[in-house]
Amino acid sequence: MSTNVDTIRNLAEREYKWGFVTEVEDDRVPKGLNEEIIRTISAKKEEPQFMLEWRLKAYRHWASLEKSEAEPKWANIKYGPIDYQGIVYYSAPKKKAGLQSLDEVDPEILRTYEKLGIPLAEQKMLAGVAVDAVFDSVSVATTFKAKLAELGVIFCSFSEAVQQHPELVQKYLGSVVPYTDNFFAALNAAVFTDGSFVYVPKGVRCPMELSTYFRINAAETGQFERTLIVADEGAYVSYLEGCTAPIRDENQLHAAVVELVAFDNAQIKYSTVQNWYPGDKQGRGGIYNFVTKRGKCAGMNSKISWTQVETGSAITWKYPSCILQGDNAVGEFYSVALTNNYQQADTGTKMIHLGKNTTSTIVSKGISAGHGQNTYRGMVKIMKGASHARNYTQCDSLLIGDQCGAHTFPYIEVKNSSSRMEHEASTSKIGEDQLFYLQQRGLKTEDAVSMIVNGFCKQVFRELPMEFAVEAQKLLSVSLEGSVG
Amino acid sequence: MSLLEIRNLHVSVDGHEILKGINLAVNAGEVHSIMGPNGSGKSTLAQVLSRRDMYRVTSGEIRFNGKDLLAMKPEEAAAEGVFMAFQYPVEIPGISNTYFLRSALNAIRKYRGEEEIDAMDFLPVFREKLKLLEMDERLMNRSVNEGFSGGEKKRNEILQMAILDPKLAILDETDSGLDIDALRIVAQGVNAMRSPDRAMLVVTHYQRLLNYIVPDFVHVLVDGRIMRSGGPQLALELEAKGYASMEAEARQTVPASA
Ligand SMILES: Nc1ncnc2c1ncn2[C@@H]1O[C@H](COP(=O)(O)OP(=O)(O)OP(=O)(O)O)[C@@H](O)[C@H]1O
Ligand SMILES: [Mg+2]
Repeated sequence: MSTNVDTIRNLAEREYKWGFVTEVEDDRVPKGLNEEIIRTISAKKEEPQFMLEWRLKAYRHWASLEKSEAEPKWANIKYGPIDYQGIVYYSAPKKKAGLQSLDEVDPEILRTYEKLGIPLAEQKMLAGVAVDAVFDSVSVATTFKAKLAELGVIFCSFSEAVQQHPELVQKYLGSVVPYTDNFFAALNAAVFTDGSFVYVPKGVRCPMELSTYFRINAAETGQFERTLIVADEGAYVSYLEGCTAPIRDENQLHAAVVELVAFDNAQIKYSTVQNWYPGDKQGRGGIYNFVTKRGKCAGMNSKISWTQVETGSAITWKYPSCILQGDNAVGEFYSVALTNNYQQADTGTKMIHLGKNTTSTIVSKGISAGHGQNTYRGMVKIMKGASHARNYTQCDSLLIGDQCGAHTFPYIEVKNSSSRMEHEASTSKIGEDQLFYLQQRGLKTEDAVSMIVNGFCKQVFRELPMEFAVEAQKLLSVSLEGSVG
Repeated sequence: MSLLEIRNLHVSVDGHEILKGINLAVNAGEVHSIMGPNGSGKSTLAQVLSRRDMYRVTSGEIRFNGKDLLAMKPEEAAAEGVFMAFQYPVEIPGISNTYFLRSALNAIRKYRGEEEIDAMDFLPVFREKLKLLEMDERLMNRSVNEGFSGGEKKRNEILQMAILDPKLAILDETDSGLDIDALRIVAQGVNAMRSPDRAMLVVTHYQRLLNYIVPDFVHVLVDGRIMRSGGPQLALELEAKGYASMEAEARQTVPASA
């Protein structure tokens, strides 16, 4: 399966369904953020009253934070001030700058597309060049939709969910990440334009991996994306997010929110491959990716697993977390974060143990090359009632070259004496001896580096669905090109 | 012309001269043993031949199969047919031996313009070599050398050599760390690979190995120079007399400028 195909399919379908092509010119709100803008967005999306109210509350909260300069500054990242009034918060569909041909695209990006083996038409799509081909994928998507509908699985864009299933949205929206959670979550709640919605009913095991591949009209959710996934009792779902090709994007700031809810015996597996534009070799440009992802294991024996491969963005600020509320709940976080050139990542997780016998596993693999700065920030909190809770944390850093950095900030808070914690950490450099060993066996420097790095990431890759794992490996090699020798 | 010709090779590390004028010619089909005290430069020679770049060649020349070996990168030398069994094999966590071996073989095949070999075709070749070295296939699903015993690592080096089928095999103290049975098995593996097309350089401290792998020539390296060369009986003589007497002898007979 190719996620790139999905992106194109979705775009094609979206235009087909909503006929955006003719609307483009005037469907935009002015720059800046105020209550009027929020009202306009909500009106354009024909949202029910509760949505508007929620957005307004979020906006007011965000505005008060902004005024008191409460944009979080604790992360180990450096960036210039973001001009929140300089952003256009609604423009649908987000018509990219309208490049006329691939000649106008950064040749570095094109080279990467080639290495990843992406066909020409898809390259155009990803790079934001107008594509005139017609994609006949409606039938594919409808087949899947029919199958999912048969099982009662709801999988649609967030906008569609607001229209078709307002009661579900109202019930769960903000139940895991309230708009008061943090600065960027408040901003997202106020202005988010779209995203995904998934509901898997009681006892249903979703028969396929859900990704944008099967979803009509949900690509291009823009810079403020919101995803909500609910797995009812005994349900299972695996959700894939992302694209392995770098996406050229005009927006520098991305602030997404993902909420997951798992009831008794339910399981949610959420996998991400993030490869937004990282900026150029000198560190100019690139996406600022400020994401709030959190899952609530609300029920007994529920399980939520986050697996992420983060290789893109100039700045990554992201802590997919689990609230382990139900007894015996299980939370997992498997992460690979790579920073090359001038990229900065501050990422990790929070595991909050509330229920009895809850267990969490954290495996973080940070790779720094060039001038990249990579920070693991993790919190494990074991509350009073969480008797016999267990946590295993493994946190490894790999350095390539001597101008990059790796940092770890593990916070641990234990309020229960019957709990057990294990923590392992390591920092290593790709050794000249390892490289030479592989070269002596015939491997080129680049292949030797990517073999060592892939070996380092193995524990995380094996958590990914097969096709995703293969693409992630390729992606790492491409992202590391030129980092040695 | 010999397969390998080393002429007046001088090598330094961090400003220290370690090899001080090596001359050596090795023909295809021959096995040469290099002996010598600790720190005399045996591993340095092996590593220079496999093009490790931390060693600076200050003068001299190496021709391999008619080509300028010193102009090659390590992976090029490997693809041209130079293989070194490491004195201290390296661990590569997370990469299985099987995958590693096939990747290495394919990298070399690609360099030579040959078709890559897929997992299905690789397996029988692989199994045959495993059998030759009496190695457990289960070991091969583990990461490269990770958690291997000292002897297993050394055996793994010879397995790699058997699969990569080099023109010049350099064995750097492959016998150290092997128990008696393993020594015999490894020697059998090496002997099975002796062929008119292949040359071997066997670095060792012990005559014991040379009972199994009988060399055509023995060279004694002392302080960066080849002090003496001879037939297999030279190893026996060394064993009896030790290096000290030979060094003393050498000081009397070899002019300092050699
Ligand atoms: N990378 C290096 N940096 C500094 N000195 C080095 C390096 N490599 C080798 N040397 C020095 O060069 C000399 C020769 O080392 P080499 O490893 O070639 O000896 P050897 O003959 O293989 O010894 P042994 O029998 O102990 O394996 C030693 O004095 C060693 O300390
Ligand atoms: Mg040595």
